[in-house]
Amino acid sequence: MFKAVYNWIDERLDVAPLWRDVADHEVPEHVNPAHHFSAFVYCFGGLTFFITVIQILSGMFLTMYFVPDINNAYASVDYLQHKVAFGGIVRGMHHWGASLVIVMMFLHTLRVFFTGSYKAPREMNWVVGMLIFFIMLGLGFTGYLLPWDNKAYFATKVGMQIAESVPYIGVYLKELMQGGTIVGAQTLTRFFAIHVFFLPGALLALMAAHFFMIRKQGISGPL
Amino acid sequence: MAKGVEQKMSNHEGQKPVRKEMSRRQFLSYTLGGTTAFMAGGVVLPMVRFAVDPLLQKKEKSAFIKVVEESKITNDPVEYKFKIHQVDGWYESEAELVAWVSKGPDGKIFALSPVCKHLGCTIGWNTEQSDQYVCPCHGAHYDRDGKNLSVAPNPLDEYEVQLKDGFVYLGPIMPNTRV
Repeated sequence: MFKAVYNWIDERLDVAPLWRDVADHEVPEHVNPAHHFSAFVYCFGGLTFFITVIQILSGMFLTMYFVPDINNAYASVDYLQHKVAFGGIVRGMHHWGASLVIVMMFLHTLRVFFTGSYKAPREMNWVVGMLIFFIMLGLGFTGYLLPWDNKAYFATKVGMQIAESVPYIGVYLKELMQGGTIVGAQTLTRFFAIHVFFLPGALLALMAAHFFMIRKQGISGPL
Repeated sequence: MAKGVEQKMSNHEGQKPVRKEMSRRQFLSYTLGGTTAFMAGGVVLPMVRFAVDPLLQKKEKSAFIKVVEESKITNDPVEYKFKIHQVDGWYESEAELVAWVSKGPDGKIFALSPVCKHLGCTIGWNTEQSDQYVCPCHGAHYDRDGKNLSVAPNPLDEYEVQLKDGFVYLGPIMPNTRV
């Protein structure tokens, strides 16, 4: 059945070369844990991507219940966590995944650093990786406010004070991020928009560039 | 080199200056580029203005609120709570503020903000040390004028004070004027 459908489509669109371009490439021996177990360090980039996919999916489902409004945000999170079937699991995936993605990204960065993989001709990919790192920090910062509990509120207040301490533009930066003079209704909607649309959009674009470059340039050689 | 200069001079003298005509390709690419920029601007500008609007909205200076009778104020700071009308986008609410009000040796009434200038916790009077404001978070100390004695980098902020008909009115927060 599946084969018949695939063949039907392939006859019309010739899709085989498309996925072969993506999937059909050799993994060098020095990055294959089946050959050298220590090569597991090369898995961290892929694990970061895997968890990022989980974050995007679980986040999409969380927005089915979440309301970015100061009167209802906490109640909606409370409801989806305690009243909705598997709510604790889905929110837990997003909650723990958020920390795990930082851990995996850090380990991936360490691997790239200690294998010297950032060196020419891969400097641009290192820079793109750093941009992804900052996007991830931004996602963590904006996502932290959304449950609108005490921890979220005061963590954001501290974050705003840090932003305010930037010389000259700090005051304006803080007000732009807050969407007003206090951490309030407009901060919550703003952070929601940034967390759900702006940063994920930038993240997907940067990840596409990251993967395009690694495929084009190949994995760096053995030590 | 001298020859070159001479040649140029003679060229210039004989004819009218040649008008440098734009090629058709150049003209079209300028036109197309300009139109693209105009259209992109039309799309982007409204969104940018939309996003920065809170920065440019006029800030209302907070009004003075009647807090307590002037006669009740002593030399020792007392905590007074009062409510201000707070507008937060499409929400309006009464937010509670706290002030420590006392009379200085000069007889002047002043009100200190309870927000610690170290990291923003709430200070208390005489909680751990006598005649001092103490912050429970990291042990910042202030004297009765709000002067920072330890940990905090700045003195406590003050509320603007107005005295009217025997009542103390408190207004916007300003930097400490007594230290």
